[in-house]
Amino acid sequence: MASFGIVVFPGTWSERDCYYAVHDRLRQDARLIWHKERDLSGLDCVVLPGGFSYGDHLRAGAIARFSPVMQSVVEFARRGGLVLGICNGFQVLCEAHLLPGALMRNASCEFRCVPTLLRVENADTAFTVDCAAEERLSIPISHGEGNYYADADTVARLEGDGRVVFRYVDEHGEASPEANPNGSVNNIAGILGEGGNVLGMMPHPERSCEDLLGSEDGLKIFRGVIRSAERVLAR
Amino acid sequence: MTAIVDPRVLHEVALTETEYEQIVALLGRQPNHVELGIFGAMWSEHCSYKTSKPLLRQLPSTGDRVVQGPGENAGAVDIGDGWAVVFKIESHNHPSAIEPHAGAATGVGGILRDVFTMGAFPVATLDSLRFGPLDNPRNRFLFGGVVGGIGDYGNCFGVPTVGGEIYFEDCYTDNPLVNAMAVGLIRKDRLMRASASGAGNKVMLVGADTGRDGIHGATFASVELTEASEERRPAVQVGNPFLEKLLMEACLELVDKELVVAMQDLGAAGLTSSAVECASRGGVGIDIDVSRVSRREEHMSAYDVMLSESQERMLIVVDPERELDVNRVFRKYDLHADDIGEITDTGELRVFDGDDQVAHIPLRLLTDELPIRHPEGRAPKERLDLATEKLIIHTELTPPESFLKLLASPNLASRRGVWRTYDHQVQNNTVVHPGGDAALLRVKGTRKAIAVTTDGNGRYCFLDPRAGARIAVAEAARNIVATGARPLAVTDCLNFGNPEKPEVFWELSESVAGIAEACTALQVPVVSGNVSLYNDTSGTSIYPTPVIGMVGLLDDVEKRLTPAFRHHGDMVVQLGQTRLDLGGSEFLRTCVGRIAGAPPRLDLDLEKRTQAVVLEAADDELLRSCHDVSDGGLAIALAECCLLGGLGADCDAVAEDGADPDVVLFSESQSRFIVSCAPRDVPRLRDLAKKHSVPSQVLGLVGGDTISLGRWLSISLDEAAAAWEGGLAAGQGGFTEGPAR
Repeated sequence: MASFGIVVFPGTWSERDCYYAVHDRLRQDARLIWHKERDLSGLDCVVLPGGFSYGDHLRAGAIARFSPVMQSVVEFARRGGLVLGICNGFQVLCEAHLLPGALMRNASCEFRCVPTLLRVENADTAFTVDCAAEERLSIPISHGEGNYYADADTVARLEGDGRVVFRYVDEHGEASPEANPNGSVNNIAGILGEGGNVLGMMPHPERSCEDLLGSEDGLKIFRGVIRSAERVLAR
Repeated sequence: MTAIVDPRVLHEVALTETEYEQIVALLGRQPNHVELGIFGAMWSEHCSYKTSKPLLRQLPSTGDRVVQGPGENAGAVDIGDGWAVVFKIESHNHPSAIEPHAGAATGVGGILRDVFTMGAFPVATLDSLRFGPLDNPRNRFLFGGVVGGIGDYGNCFGVPTVGGEIYFEDCYTDNPLVNAMAVGLIRKDRLMRASASGAGNKVMLVGADTGRDGIHGATFASVELTEASEERRPAVQVGNPFLEKLLMEACLELVDKELVVAMQDLGAAGLTSSAVECASRGGVGIDIDVSRVSRREEHMSAYDVMLSESQERMLIVVDPERELDVNRVFRKYDLHADDIGEITDTGELRVFDGDDQVAHIPLRLLTDELPIRHPEGRAPKERLDLATEKLIIHTELTPPESFLKLLASPNLASRRGVWRTYDHQVQNNTVVHPGGDAALLRVKGTRKAIAVTTDGNGRYCFLDPRAGARIAVAEAARNIVATGARPLAVTDCLNFGNPEKPEVFWELSESVAGIAEACTALQVPVVSGNVSLYNDTSGTSIYPTPVIGMVGLLDDVEKRLTPAFRHHGDMVVQLGQTRLDLGGSEFLRTCVGRIAGAPPRLDLDLEKRTQAVVLEAADDELLRSCHDVSDGGLAIALAECCLLGGLGADCDAVAEDGADPDVVLFSESQSRFIVSCAPRDVPRLRDLAKKHSVPSQVLGLVGGDTISLGRWLSISLDEAAAAWEGGLAAGQGGFTEGPAR
């Protein structure tokens, strides 16, 4: 059992889907946290969901990082709490410097809502313990600004430290240009923070939470969180 | 009393001199400037339906499941388990013609507000679009702008855009059609109505501050577009989906906490129409003080404030004892609410600017007493000639050439490039995504799903408006049925030219009669709708284009159907019969270069029986796939089943005796489906068809990587896919918005 806190900024829209995935599908404790709140007590994992926080005004995620709740999230992450940023949540985490790099406009200059195939590059993280190494997950994206960029040194460090957790791949498992939906450097779909407890990813695991909707693969990430939380508890 | 008024003033508010004289007679005095503006807005076609009202009475609007029929912000039907589905379609044609991005975006925003004003959570939107041909750069700009505007609004707001349609015809050059439909869900007992009550209750205005944008939008929508319309750019509003999302969350929280008496969104004619409609529905009066309305611009007059169409605003009627609680909710979302007036028992609209009374009009003059127009309708002879012409079908193209040309034609090519720019999944309900016959959304907590679609066919309606309108309803129902769902109810958007032209009024009358006939026969009541007239540019009218939005119900989502072929070796069966029906067809237009002939015949009784066969077969789980046969005929429908499933098919086809291959392949005969099923289930399926006296033919087998139809057609899946996938983008600059945005 794990306890999830799902942050709601003005303009967030996947909080209900995240709640559905962890509460209705996986029967975990979950609560929505309005961005003006600061209390994250009792939580194992904070989810920053997808959406257009503050209407993406200025820059995606740029205003949300100043919301009152974000001070608590930064503190929570420093203490080793698990933080999962999905789509706009990933953008907020980059803006808040909990993750390196930035998410630029898609190379196509278009919003894209399409299925993507992710290869698990590191199955030994708190979020991927329920996945096998190199396992492929079918999880959709839905964004206009998911083109991950970081300078060469940072990317080399991320790659070298096993902090590239997910990569967009084709049906043969290759990180080909055709499989890259947004132009991200090295087909990067998700990265881990330095401490290993903060994950940012552009695809929406909460959307692939049920076969009826096309895939259940996203649940593996939430299950990973649950297992990691239980492990901490057992220690 | 003789009224003397400057014609330029009347032109500004789109009233005739006769109407002005009526106003003077009704008031017993001359209206002042503010009052005239209010009359102009409320008596505009857009708000009053003064031309279409007598016709609309023909439409069936009742039924066992109808919870809310026409007259509210949206219609509602009961889907069982305590839920109601709330939906409406609305046009935003004129704004989109001038400023496509903002016009389309605010079209989506407006229709979403109509749905959450009823207290419902919006779960889907659809868009029915028409443009001129893409070889014209202006049309490409409009297409790109509209698609971009729809995406921007829906994606940011967090509602999935799950369906719609896009067609290209010459007549929509400079006057595109942008019809947006929104669908919401609500617990049936929580449905809100926009009916004010209780003298002394507070009237609050919440959401965006009021600016000068959109002044005269309603009247702008009620006159023809001209070259001078560019000057109307200020009449186009700019949308803010972020603010609208906050407004929705706040309003739904108010509904949930039962803090409001009534809610009415501000749309066309802004504060004027919202105050008038809300008060007159409740049979009360209303006082508004414009000095208490927060503005985003300085020096706005009472006239400006009353007629502004600034978006993302809501009028709320509140018991004074609840005002603190209401304000607490708005503060949570950082929304600003002004207390701008109160409900009275006078039956009048009184507008104050501080201590000065600036307008004073009995409400009934703005609603009940409005002058109904009865224009003359007359069928144009050349049109009747065109529709009764004995068609000589001649094309240089071989059947495979015609087939590939049709697959790649902008009207039939894959729309994936468009809908992948729309978030069609958010809210975790989309079970069948765009690209099929109808989208399917599951209803959480139940086994049910709702099917949604929009359909219209301007070309058929041009040739025979009554026949075309009947087909639009039948095809919408067929699209719903092709998912396994039962059609429930309709919302309609009537897009026509200037009704003062006799042929346009004839088109309108015939179309409404056609919709009424088909909806009655298929037992789908019309619960909401919208009329958009004056779709003319420089004197030329668009095709009559009634668009049908339909909602259906599937009791068990596990029994859903999609068009895609699924298994090698499945049998392909056509339900219905192919006949000589090339009049108005896509083949005739694209491959012969003509728009003529009578639209396909439609026997509504056969239609109903054919749909019954599919529904029974779906319920018995006999079918593996199901697709309706429409534009482009059997060959195109078969190709779509193959391309969506990634499987070929080896089929043969028969038609009426002596029919030539183009008829067999491309005839648009109505009441047909292509289904696939396991070989062992074919006898049961055909027995079922026989029981309902519906013709059925086994066409062939699913499998391989070639689409084959008799000896006429044999095309590889790859070649067909290239034509189909590339059709909308290739050589036309695609639909990506240019830098003009």
